[in-house]
Amino acid sequence: MENYISLFVKAVFIENLALSFFLGMCTFIAVSKKISTAMGLGIAVMVVQSITVPANNIVYHALLKEDALSWMGITGVDLSFLALLSCIGMIAALVQILEMILDKFFPALYQALGIFLPLITVNCAILGGSLFMIERDYNLGESVTYGVGSGLGWALAITVMAGVREKLKYSDIPAGLQGLGITFITAGLMSLGFMAFSGIQL
Amino acid sequence: MSAILNDETKKVLVEPLVTNNPITLQVLGICSALAVTSQMSTSLIMALALTLVTACSSAAISAIRNHIPSSIRIIVQMTIIASLVIVVDQCLKAFAYDVSKQLSVFVGLIITNCIVMGRAEAYAMKNPPLESFMDGIGNGAGYSLILIIVAFFRETLGSGKLLGIEVFKLTKDGGWYDPNGLMLLPPSAFFIIGMIIWAVRQWKPVQRETVEFKIMSIAHGEGGHH
Repeated sequence: MENYISLFVKAVFIENLALSFFLGMCTFIAVSKKISTAMGLGIAVMVVQSITVPANNIVYHALLKEDALSWMGITGVDLSFLALLSCIGMIAALVQILEMILDKFFPALYQALGIFLPLITVNCAILGGSLFMIERDYNLGESVTYGVGSGLGWALAITVMAGVREKLKYSDIPAGLQGLGITFITAGLMSLGFMAFSGIQL
Repeated sequence: MSAILNDETKKVLVEPLVTNNPITLQVLGICSALAVTSQMSTSLIMALALTLVTACSSAAISAIRNHIPSSIRIIVQMTIIASLVIVVDQCLKAFAYDVSKQLSVFVGLIITNCIVMGRAEAYAMKNPPLESFMDGIGNGAGYSLILIIVAFFRETLGSGKLLGIEVFKLTKDGGWYDPNGLMLLPPSAFFIIGMIIWAVRQWKPVQRETVEFKIMSIAHGEGGHH
């Protein structure tokens, strides 16, 4: 249990996907103008991340890993080079299915999250989470924890960023730095803040 | 030569460098620009890989653009891009194993790099293969330019080296330069890109963003009573 808690805390704060690995930066910068939309996207990322990381984990361990096909009687096959293709395919398919399920059974939730779902397929945070899961060789339990934790960390980062930017628009900034430039500097300062967590030993 | 380098080709090759740079203006593909730039060698490999993938995928997608049903085009584009990235990834593992270990997941993340998808969607779906290929090269070069500038500052100021060769002699070896540790940490990439954006917009004011709220001067403003 302790192992899972420390993995969770690590995924949320110390190894924050947005601020220490810079994943999902394009959407992080583009959709962080208002707190409400940022939060919506953050929640959508968290949901998708918690589903796709374990799903990719199952596929990887059942089909792609070296000798993973031995349950079918095939040995000596290593399909791990297909991991990239299978991960992105899995993510695209799951996002599509999620969109259909939400549309059919939870129309209110679909209204709130629907517009973000297509954006999520090309969000590097999602693919990055799955690739980190493969690189670090997590088991199923760990990958569920990591998926939820890293999604939460990303959601937290984009919400905080939106909060800062909402206040920032009233400030007097040099013309060339206005908008994108100052957003980068802000993100840098936030990333410095998150670096303070990196000293924590778990 | 003049037949190949007509006006359109020249435009798609040169424009993404400054006037329409994918990173500083279109805000695409930032993730890897920040993450791999602490060393010049990794940035060069990454820039090369991305340029190749963008150019080849644009050409391939453009070649079959009239046969892709529009409802499944994203999946088709993804598959083409992912296959190319797998090839690049396997090549790196075979010929440059150390660099491939340092780049870790970021080679795989070229798949979701918005530049590749963005060019496929915005240019390759409407234009013939050769122009699309050139457009891919141009945008890849725009991306590479920013990557190289950022890596140059981060590596020289952070460790006094460039491509592993000593440029500034460090104080710990009896030299004069005290390395700036911040430059090796992730946040410095944000600061450097922010500064580049500032410099470019100072140079080309067209790219400046419109201000939502203007500061009123009190003497002429309506709330000027005291």
